[in-house]
Amino acid sequence: MSRPKVTIDGNEAVAYVAHQINDVIAIYPITPSSAMGEWADQWSAEGRTNIWDSVPLVVEMQSEGGAAGAVHGALQTGSLTTTFTASQGLLLMIPNMYKIAGELTSTAFHVASRSVAAQALSIFGDHSDVMATRATGFALLASNSVQEAMDFTLIAQAATLESRVPFLHFFDGFRTSHEVMKIELLTTEDARAMIDDELVRAHRGRALSPDRPFVRGTAQNPDVFFQARETVNPYYLACPTIVQNAMDTFARLVGRQYHLFDYVGAPDADRVVVLMGSGAEAAQEVVEHLTAQGEKVGVLKVRLYRPFSVEACVAALPPTVKIIAALDRTKEPGSTGEPLYLDVVAAVSEAMASGEAPFRALPRVIGGRYGLSSKEFSPAMIKGVFDEMAKAKPKNHFTTGIHDDVTHTSVDYDPTFFTEEPDTVRALFYGLGADGTVGANKNSIKIIGEETDNHAQGYFVFDSKKAGSVTISHLRFGPKPIRSTYLIDRASFVACHQFSFLDRFDVLKAAEPGATFLLNSPYRPEEVWNHLPRTVQEKIIGKKLRFFVIDAYAVARETDMGGRINTIMQPCFFALSGVLPRDEAIAAIKRAIKDTYAKRGDAVVQKNIAAVDSALDHLHEVQVPSQATSAFDVRPPAPPEAPEFVRKVTAPMLAREGDTLPVSALPADGTYPSGTTQWEKSNLALEIPVWDADLCIQCGKCVLVCPHSVIRAKVYDPKLLTNAPASFKSSPARWREFGDLHYSLQVAPEDCTGCTLCVEVCPVKNKTEVRLKAINMMPQPPIRDEESRNWDFFLELPEMDRGALSLSVVKDTQLLQPLFEFSGACAGCGETPYIKLMTQLFGDRALVANATGCSSIFGGNLPTTPWTFNGDGRGPAWSNSLFEDNAEFGLGMRLALDKQTEYAHELLTRLSASIGDELVRGLLNANQATEAGIKQQRERVKLLKERLGGLNTPEARNLLSLADGLVKRTVWIVGGDGWAYDIGYGGLDHVLASGRNVNVLVLDTEVYSNTGGQASKATPRGAVAKFAAAGKPMPKKDLAMMAMTYGNIYVARVAMGGNDTQTVKAFLEAEAYEGPSLIVSYCHCIAHGYDMAHGLEQQKAAVLSGYWPLFRYNPDLVKEGKNPLQLDSKAPTLPLKDYVYNETRYTILARSKPEQARWLLEQAEEDVRTRWRLYEHWAAMQVDGTTKEDRND
Amino acid sequence: MTDLSTSYLGLILKNPLVASASPLCEDVGNIRKMEDAGAAAVVLNSLFEEQITLESHDLDRHLTHGTESFAEALTYFPDMTDYNLGPDGYLDHLRRAKAAVDIPIIGSLNGISSGGWIRYAKKIEQAGADALELNVYFIPTDSKMTGAEVEQMYVDLARDVRASVSIPVAVKLGHAFSAIANLARRLDEARADALVLFNRFYQPDFDLDSLEVVPHLTLSSSYELLLRMHWVAILYGHIGADLAVTGGVHTGQDVLKSMMAGARVAMMTSALLKYGIHHLATVRTELVAWMEQHEYESIRQMQGSMSYRSVAEPAAFERANYMRVLRSYAPKMPGH
Repeated sequence: MSRPKVTIDGNEAVAYVAHQINDVIAIYPITPSSAMGEWADQWSAEGRTNIWDSVPLVVEMQSEGGAAGAVHGALQTGSLTTTFTASQGLLLMIPNMYKIAGELTSTAFHVASRSVAAQALSIFGDHSDVMATRATGFALLASNSVQEAMDFTLIAQAATLESRVPFLHFFDGFRTSHEVMKIELLTTEDARAMIDDELVRAHRGRALSPDRPFVRGTAQNPDVFFQARETVNPYYLACPTIVQNAMDTFARLVGRQYHLFDYVGAPDADRVVVLMGSGAEAAQEVVEHLTAQGEKVGVLKVRLYRPFSVEACVAALPPTVKIIAALDRTKEPGSTGEPLYLDVVAAVSEAMASGEAPFRALPRVIGGRYGLSSKEFSPAMIKGVFDEMAKAKPKNHFTTGIHDDVTHTSVDYDPTFFTEEPDTVRALFYGLGADGTVGANKNSIKIIGEETDNHAQGYFVFDSKKAGSVTISHLRFGPKPIRSTYLIDRASFVACHQFSFLDRFDVLKAAEPGATFLLNSPYRPEEVWNHLPRTVQEKIIGKKLRFFVIDAYAVARETDMGGRINTIMQPCFFALSGVLPRDEAIAAIKRAIKDTYAKRGDAVVQKNIAAVDSALDHLHEVQVPSQATSAFDVRPPAPPEAPEFVRKVTAPMLAREGDTLPVSALPADGTYPSGTTQWEKSNLALEIPVWDADLCIQCGKCVLVCPHSVIRAKVYDPKLLTNAPASFKSSPARWREFGDLHYSLQVAPEDCTGCTLCVEVCPVKNKTEVRLKAINMMPQPPIRDEESRNWDFFLELPEMDRGALSLSVVKDTQLLQPLFEFSGACAGCGETPYIKLMTQLFGDRALVANATGCSSIFGGNLPTTPWTFNGDGRGPAWSNSLFEDNAEFGLGMRLALDKQTEYAHELLTRLSASIGDELVRGLLNANQATEAGIKQQRERVKLLKERLGGLNTPEARNLLSLADGLVKRTVWIVGGDGWAYDIGYGGLDHVLASGRNVNVLVLDTEVYSNTGGQASKATPRGAVAKFAAAGKPMPKKDLAMMAMTYGNIYVARVAMGGNDTQTVKAFLEAEAYEGPSLIVSYCHCIAHGYDMAHGLEQQKAAVLSGYWPLFRYNPDLVKEGKNPLQLDSKAPTLPLKDYVYNETRYTILARSKPEQARWLLEQAEEDVRTRWRLYEHWAAMQVDGTTKEDRND
Repeated sequence: MTDLSTSYLGLILKNPLVASASPLCEDVGNIRKMEDAGAAAVVLNSLFEEQITLESHDLDRHLTHGTESFAEALTYFPDMTDYNLGPDGYLDHLRRAKAAVDIPIIGSLNGISSGGWIRYAKKIEQAGADALELNVYFIPTDSKMTGAEVEQMYVDLARDVRASVSIPVAVKLGHAFSAIANLARRLDEARADALVLFNRFYQPDFDLDSLEVVPHLTLSSSYELLLRMHWVAILYGHIGADLAVTGGVHTGQDVLKSMMAGARVAMMTSALLKYGIHHLATVRTELVAWMEQHEYESIRQMQGSMSYRSVAEPAAFERANYMRVLRSYAPKMPGH
């Protein structure tokens, strides 16, 4: 039977089968598994059926814990049920997994395995999550490639139905989940043939039913629990055979034969590596290469890791083996070895002890770690392991792929070792995020995979920035199967789609001699050479590269493609690679364009086709000179004045050389210095804002809204301008109380992302040319150096005395130094302005607990982090614990501070005589409600420390260690709506109810932005989001109102674009309130689908339409006999549709399901009316609960 | 019994009252009301190619923006099966309008590309329109473009569209041409079946508070009818294409004047927006009353009766007219 060939990634491959063989699917987003849930949700929304001709029911839960609970319930009620997850998500499922396994319930979970956060979070792949589930009783089945991931999804389901042991099928996050491969598609008939309906009915027959009631889930006592726990043994003993049988059936059906352990290599090998996951494919490539040269090596691929079949494991090993290296993609600190190693040791030992081992002599077993967090695992590293094994005294518990200069675990390897097939084409593409490079390459792989007999593979590497990221596409294709599950380090084709990359990092590092180099160049072929950094010139000459240029941006402009150069660069790749005849390639690209874009409209198709047609006319070969001529070179990643840590540790990461950092370079406990983004000059913006000092009214709105803190304002003594650069601008300050001081607004030219929010918010227009405002976008390159000098001068100007400012006035707050700057957030981000405002107001005494999500990623992702400090060295102390526990994490901070303050107060009282009664009284009774009061307390603490220094008693030393805490500290619990409304809501509710003085800032983007826009309970009715492809049918949860019902929580709902003064007031009041505070802030977001330059206008529209009423609920007002609820916005004046239909999240529903959209809009309009009436009524009540109307009665 | 029937674009209409293209026609319920109030035909709101193109580009841009840039969020929206973009919504509306009423439905098209005009014209024909009106809105802002080039563009467009569809085609013109009569003749030669005189355009206005340019459209008044009447009267009998008046038709008298000038139909929008769709019935009643009072038997009888070639003093339509008007405003001298 012939099966179609498709070119898809691992997530789609798994979801494709899982959706066919389940009834219920409970999902929750987590990288890198989210796409499986998205596919399932989308297919069900489209009405795609499973093999029983019914559409699976897909439900999004509030957390992975919730998903596991729902899965458990659905399974107990007899439905075939699955879920998809990874990492922390899998950990949250563990309690249910014990239950599901303990009750012998058939299910197969699918896991894109990912690192579990330890010293840091990592979204990348390793087996630490799966290894944490070993004791649950789930069978663990590993697939190593996209094809295997699809195959094992089916095999796992077949095996779980027969064995009743639940299965966790896993594959490597990113390396397999995101790798695009040409594979054979399993058919519905395959699924029907593999899934025995009798077993499905048996599963249903075990379900809870009031028609045949029983009890499952009892509590047991010491008398029987143990015995009952042993009852499952026969099932686990039978399981390996059942799996092998399923594999055999699958082989008969499909032709691909798998075994519990698959051995590849010399039959008489003496060195064998054992591993599972994608690394096993690279290992096979190495083994085949070495055995061809006569080496006696082999690789044992573990398929079924739990239940671990000692018999099958040992039988699969060659009897000649002398040494086995068990390679674990996980770390278990403190253990005698990682899990797979221990299993192999036990297997070999047990087999030898029982006399059943086939080995001629007891093989030695060593263990090693590799590939944590998707660390590269290359043939050279694998060869290094084989070389180590050949030594007389090989290292045990070794590592490979890193340089461990601390405990010296790493084994050496020869990086030049190379195993790839000579006739496999290897191509590397460097693109700018969102320029279409990745999409085009996925498309090219699809074309090559489906239009030729070639095997094809695509893998895509992204960096940690949301704005201006670099993407690297690794494409392989050729006549032989591709097992190269590692990055390309010798490329026959290198394309650089962004000219500015050339002086940032070495794009030609991987180019092999004679390779083709394609550059998107704004310079013509005859002039480009002298614009290349010297190193690039030398590499082109030294490696004898063929060098081509195309001005893709010019073609994009001509063809109305904007910044998307995908369909321009793609034909060039095909033309230069020659994989297909040129005409066929062009025709295939056009077909793909039609397939991809037809539903977006003919105009889009035509535009892309025009771009394809224009492309090759602009492709030119450059005659390479024989000499390098440039006097300039690749820029150093960090300037010499940067701190040592930045120069030695951060800079290599910035230069994409982080892999070379040794263990000793990195902190042992995950602690990193603050304020490092200032050393990373991204130079993203083609245009930056330039200040018109004469026109500016100094309102500070542009400073307030700048998401990246690149616009700053200062007021200072004009005498300080003596040494100012010639072009530094200044004008008299428009503050009556500041007398003759001057004002400057300055832009950081190399940190700006060019989002233009500042220009949009500027309220002033030029009187002779109204298109101009007091801040205007100008091309960056011509003014970069000059403005950089101005920026440096600006930074040297003194900061304002905080006590001299009126902090309830927006323009005053914008003279405060932001302590959150140059983050990697999206250009135009709607979250960062609120975070920045918080740091301006309170950052020098703030502790921040940050939920996982966008804000923790742009706030804490290496290489550089944006939380910074002021000239006194003070700044926000920031940490991220998890996604779900952030409120509790922040409460813990508060509890510690409160306890420490209490103890410090006790010590002060006890030591009063020694310290001085007056100072102690001052410290204990300090009024720190104002900046001036805080300043005075800091001075008292300074004096206290001096006095304590002279008291050498244990109590004095204790007080010294706590003294800084006598200055008021503020705790901010920051996170997105996914945390606050969903996964962390239980904790948030508890923390708010605790009465403790914490401030919660919810950055409400109304979706899980960080994982790509999945619906949360904050998603509004009628908006389309992932997991709500048919438009969210339910209304948004009113988190603020729920919190208000407690009565003793300060609550505010703010939207900076709706009313910035109200926003500032809310922050000040929340912080001042001696109890829990909650600020729910409207954050426009890239996931809303409109130009974020208009974010503030859209916020205003949200307020005017009544969708986002502004208010503050201050329980302190009750003491004054006032209603705590103050409405800060007026009754709706703008039709809701005039707000919502500016955003793609709403319009795509109107376009795809107009009737549904109309119906949901009507419902949403009613939501607005109802809620407004409620708020209005509440705000009109007297403190005694009566209304004006009541009193009139 | 007064015969109100007329023919326009080869269609026999029960009277000369036609609802012209306007936002009112976006609702099938309104179209039904128009028929009930006496409209003899309805010109649908326009299908704007530019709008379709813009929406298509916008959707593409927003669905693509920021994608494949960050490993955790490779996209931000689910991939919907279909987006109902392009002319589909318009064509569905046309089909529903056709099904809802018995009177002819005339499609209206505003294109921007030569390919687009023809492509969408065919689609409108296929969707069942009885005729097609080309709503040409072109502002020649390019200072290098000559009047002759602009006119040629109109002529080419009319010829190409006419050749590509078999339903009758009307061309709706603005009045800003230096040689309207010549242009009309050339459009006639290009086989335009009717000319609709004249389009009224949005005019940019300034918002002095926000210092922004804002689009502006005031409703027409009967005064604006005069320009249309004037040109219909001049063209009547000189070209084979039907003539239609649009702009300034508010009353039965306005309709009568249009007919007498030589129009086959009088189209209304502003009056309907101002007084409601039922105003059509009022106009029809006025029309009948006047005809009965003045003993006219039919509309056809009066069509062109006061055209350039039918009046006693054709010069009244020419320069002399202007001079006489000026004279009539001259202050009367004492003693005269």
